[in-house]
Amino acid sequence: MGRPMQVARYWRHFKEKYRMVGTKCKECGEIYFPPRQVCPKCGSREMEDVQLSGKGKVLSWTIVRNPPSGFEYFRPYPLALIELEEGPIVLAQLTDVDENQIDFGMEVEMVTRKIREFEGDGLILYGYKFRPPIKP
Amino acid sequence: MRKAVIIGVGAVPVGEHWRTSLRDMAVEALLNAMEDAGVDRVDSLYVGNMASGSFIEQENLGALIADFAGLGNIPAVKIEAACASGGAAVQEGVKAVMSGLEDVVAVIGVEKMTDAWATDATRYLGYAADGEYELFHGASFVALNALVMRYYMKEYGYTEEDLAHFSVNAHANGAKNPYAMFKRPIKLETVLKSPYIADPIKLFDASPVCDGAAAVIITTEEKAREFVDKAKMVEVAGIGRAIDTINLANREDLLTLKAAKVAAERAYKMAGITVKDIDLFEIHDAFTIMAALSLEAIGAAEKGKGAQLAVEGQIAIDGDYPIQTLGGLKSRGHPVGATGVYQTIEAVWQLREEAPNQVPDPEVALTQNIGGTGSNITINILRRV
Ligand SMILES: [Zn+2]
Repeated sequence: MGRPMQVARYWRHFKEKYRMVGTKCKECGEIYFPPRQVCPKCGSREMEDVQLSGKGKVLSWTIVRNPPSGFEYFRPYPLALIELEEGPIVLAQLTDVDENQIDFGMEVEMVTRKIREFEGDGLILYGYKFRPPIKP
Repeated sequence: MRKAVIIGVGAVPVGEHWRTSLRDMAVEALLNAMEDAGVDRVDSLYVGNMASGSFIEQENLGALIADFAGLGNIPAVKIEAACASGGAAVQEGVKAVMSGLEDVVAVIGVEKMTDAWATDATRYLGYAADGEYELFHGASFVALNALVMRYYMKEYGYTEEDLAHFSVNAHANGAKNPYAMFKRPIKLETVLKSPYIADPIKLFDASPVCDGAAAVIITTEEKAREFVDKAKMVEVAGIGRAIDTINLANREDLLTLKAAKVAAERAYKMAGITVKDIDLFEIHDAFTIMAALSLEAIGAAEKGKGAQLAVEGQIAIDGDYPIQTLGGLKSRGHPVGATGVYQTIEAVWQLREEAPNQVPDPEVALTQNIGGTGSNITINILRRV
């Protein structure tokens, strides 16, 4: 569905999308995702990359039944706000989960999954989704 | 500074206008407003529009509309603040008049949404979210609002039925508005039996995709007297606008519309009023949850008590806080970039006491227009002259 843009538009975000790298303010210590150049809390411009754990809890969720074009294939799909261990909240799809199993505070971990593909072109976009952790 | 006074309003009914293009809707609304004001020329045109480039492959609406309305070589630009584009365009017109740079300005809000396929329309609206970190991950605006609604219900113990009162009120009022898209009352069970589009948001919690155009003519108090009687004049006494994080997940508090709070404080201060002085509220109920959070942010309800006002019937036309007096976004419709201007003309009808669903003897009205999931909000205070 649809046509992709220039590939650079996607690969420039690999660090965040594949590894969940955020930024940390060197002045006040606040951690952000997605990365920022300026700390909205203290105004500092001294920011450094920080690797996030990808572990967190479901803060709220919905089931998307009328998706934007490009996502028809996946519908219906669960979408959630996840509060990461380090503090930031991230919006992402949930995967490998029964819709009735989702609840407030449910533990989840980041995985890399297909987000979207395009007709004909062959380009597939990947990114983070979250699932209940697989326990040994 | 000079006072900015609205002397004319005009619109086309909101709906699915299959036979009418954006330019024809816009010209019709604009000419109606100019006729109402008794002006045959304006110094400048401000166009509130959210996404014409996506919806109909047309940008540069300032030139398009001013040209086809026969306004000559005037300055004309498009103002964009997502779904708050209409409210923002009114503010730009007010600022131009107050500053002394322009004497008679036209403001139009216009959106043509129904030419796009439904899933594409959902995508285009999503461009107003954080494209890279919300839309990329499959978030629609309904879905983002659903995340807020579920959290609100959990935090304060509300049910889906409690929130549904906002839709019932909007339809009860909109039934009397000839410009409304849905001119019929609904029952609570109509909302509750409607299908989920992003749980817990159901079809009847949400405003429709539609087309519309609405316009106002703004001038100075002195100049207004040349064109209309005092009974037709409505002052824009206060304006406020503020942003919040573009990404819902980055909010300090998911359940506070901080931008509305800041914008309201600015608008109240400029108008020299408090929320108690306001007789009617046209707020941004794109989804029922936004009506609840808006009432809290503008000070009509304490935090967590917004939905309570709906349950108690205080938002009805004869209540303490009448909202959506001519249908709001839910019943009048939400042609996104036009909505803020529809709200403005509805407030004008009320203050002139010519509304088909009249609030008794109003002096002051508030309009609140939200862009994004609360990321760009305008508040305007209108007052009888
Ligand atoms: Zn900082």
